[in-house]
Amino acid sequence: MIKKIILPILLGSSIASASEVVFYSTQANPLKEADAMRNDVLINFDGDVKFLPQEAGPFFSRIEAESRSNSVSLGVLGALHGQFPQIQGSLDSIDDVLASVPKIKANNTMSELGKLGASEQKYIPWMQATYIMAANKKALPYLPKGADVNALTYDELATWAANIKEATGKAKLGFPAGEKGLMHRFLQGYLYPSFTNSVVTDFRGDDAKAMWQWFRDLWQDVNPRSTAYNLMQEPLLTEEVWIAFDHTARLKDAFDQRPDDFIAFPAPSAKAGRGFMPVIAGLAIPKGTPDRAASAELIKYLSEPEVQIRTLRATGFYPIADVELPADLPANVRIAGKAIATQAGSPDALPSMLPVGLGDLSGKFSKTYKDTFQQIVLRNANIDKILDRQATVLKTIMVSANAPCWAPDKPSNGVCPVN
Amino acid sequence: MNSKTYPYLLIAPSILFLLAFFIYPFIEVFLQAFTTSDGELGLANFDTIFNDFNFLPSLSNTLILALVVVPTQLCMAVGMSLMISKMKKGRDTVLYIWTIPLGISDLAAGIVWLALLDQNGFLNSFLFSVGIIDGPESWLNYNNPVAIFAAIVFAEIWRATAILLVIIVSGIGLIPKEYYEAAEIFGANAWVRLWKVTLPLLRPSLQTALILRTLLAFEVFAVVMLLGGTNMPVLMGEAFNWAFEYRDAGAAAAYAVVILGLSIVFTLFYLKVLHVPKEAQV
Repeated sequence: MIKKIILPILLGSSIASASEVVFYSTQANPLKEADAMRNDVLINFDGDVKFLPQEAGPFFSRIEAESRSNSVSLGVLGALHGQFPQIQGSLDSIDDVLASVPKIKANNTMSELGKLGASEQKYIPWMQATYIMAANKKALPYLPKGADVNALTYDELATWAANIKEATGKAKLGFPAGEKGLMHRFLQGYLYPSFTNSVVTDFRGDDAKAMWQWFRDLWQDVNPRSTAYNLMQEPLLTEEVWIAFDHTARLKDAFDQRPDDFIAFPAPSAKAGRGFMPVIAGLAIPKGTPDRAASAELIKYLSEPEVQIRTLRATGFYPIADVELPADLPANVRIAGKAIATQAGSPDALPSMLPVGLGDLSGKFSKTYKDTFQQIVLRNANIDKILDRQATVLKTIMVSANAPCWAPDKPSNGVCPVN
Repeated sequence: MNSKTYPYLLIAPSILFLLAFFIYPFIEVFLQAFTTSDGELGLANFDTIFNDFNFLPSLSNTLILALVVVPTQLCMAVGMSLMISKMKKGRDTVLYIWTIPLGISDLAAGIVWLALLDQNGFLNSFLFSVGIIDGPESWLNYNNPVAIFAAIVFAEIWRATAILLVIIVSGIGLIPKEYYEAAEIFGANAWVRLWKVTLPLLRPSLQTALILRTLLAFEVFAVVMLLGGTNMPVLMGEAFNWAFEYRDAGAAAAYAVVILGLSIVFTLFYLKVLHVPKEAQV
């Protein structure tokens, strides 16, 4: 009872006026992006909209609190595909909204994902991105002989990093392994799939053991400040690192500020293929929203091709709709766009989804990979022992989430097994 | 107005505040810590955190940090208070200046120290400009746990010594001059007066100051998060991560209970060691 009264007071610090749609989003959270959302993207919407970006933790808490107390003030929710399962119970079914945005619906693969494994539409795909590599042009002379930067292998990347360290005396390869960095996505969507063709099932197989050994060796040539990097555009711009892996939106500033100094290229490949992870953000409507029609209108507006391009300029996330991109786009789009296309279209491409079906447990799922990385690579622990221990943790998570396998793991009957 | 009920009426608002924002959440957290995800009573949450890689490092980091920071701060605060108590002029000005860090939030303090010590920070630029180093050096990385620890100790001492200082300054002010005069007559020098008069009579203040400061040391969070990040886990940081990053409120509550347990143990310890019998109080 007390919870019902206190939580909304604590969390509902901004209560919307009657006709205003509150657009609550984990995306476009950095100040600059939020400003661009308000002033460039949402400006032409026919109605009042209040854009409220928020960190993931408080985002979930507020939605849960509002839905538990039956006093929903939010109009539209913007979040990543992997974040929606955590609030699936609070989302309205929006098949009718999907029907009103044919250009988004045309992208079948992605609009299917918006069902979150259920039969009804839970979110409308909003925008997409992925993770790629970026390099300072100063690094290019050190590429190993015969290596094509657009079809790099992980071994070539290792040689490249070693060459640079030998020539300059400094480790110039960097990863976003900081507190808010997306290192776990590199492990889940890039390293594991490329080396083992699996994320969960072969977590501690022989291929995985070899992979961790390889990664630990590579780390000798990785900038030790990596554990403090959150957005790789910063160390790239200060030239602390020359080669980096990160989310396209987190490399954006480097490409925009010095377009002539940086190149973008696809992630490397290993024996199982070129693993990569598409990122999809979606729009949903919470159950019991104050003005559902206005919320639906806002989603429709954000799905218009012209607005999708504005969103791309504001956030660095690409349109879901099949849109002709104009020629005058910012440098980051030109540079990264090509690498994204090359990565997705490469003959050995191995797309793997964000962890799906884990609901509340996706945070713990990612922790398992981060912990494994920290123990094996940073603290030099015994690989076999750590993988055995973490496999048990992973198994517990999969069982309590009752989650089936997702690509690139083979589909499972029931819970995804950890061998 | 009945004069008997008057005091209760006056403290009622603060009691209500404490009930709503301390006691109620406290009971909730306690229950949550001992409730499993299936809603049964049990120790599953403690099992989760004890079996986590970060539990022991975060426990030892927190304890070592407290053991280094608190005694250092205590010595500094006593020294600073003695200096202040001897001052004839400008006493208040000095006290104000020394307590400035108290007015700065710990998050802001962490950001300031990060800006100083970071790879591209002021310390690096300074050392570079006077020619001691050839280029930006990164000290605060995982290969350098001692440097990270030292940076945090430094920042904590800068930030929170004033908490002890204000308590001890007021404590020294309470000691009657007669004791010192008597000690001088018997030929006690300054050193003996410090050990035989000031410190024993300062016990109640030392007790309060130490309890307060040690509890705050167990809750250290923002400064460590900024300077150490994932390289130096502490209990409070782990509680935060379990609550918001791993979305396991039960495990976070278990961390909170561990911190509470430590706090109680240390408080009892100080109460016993620095106990002053009623008849011996000034």
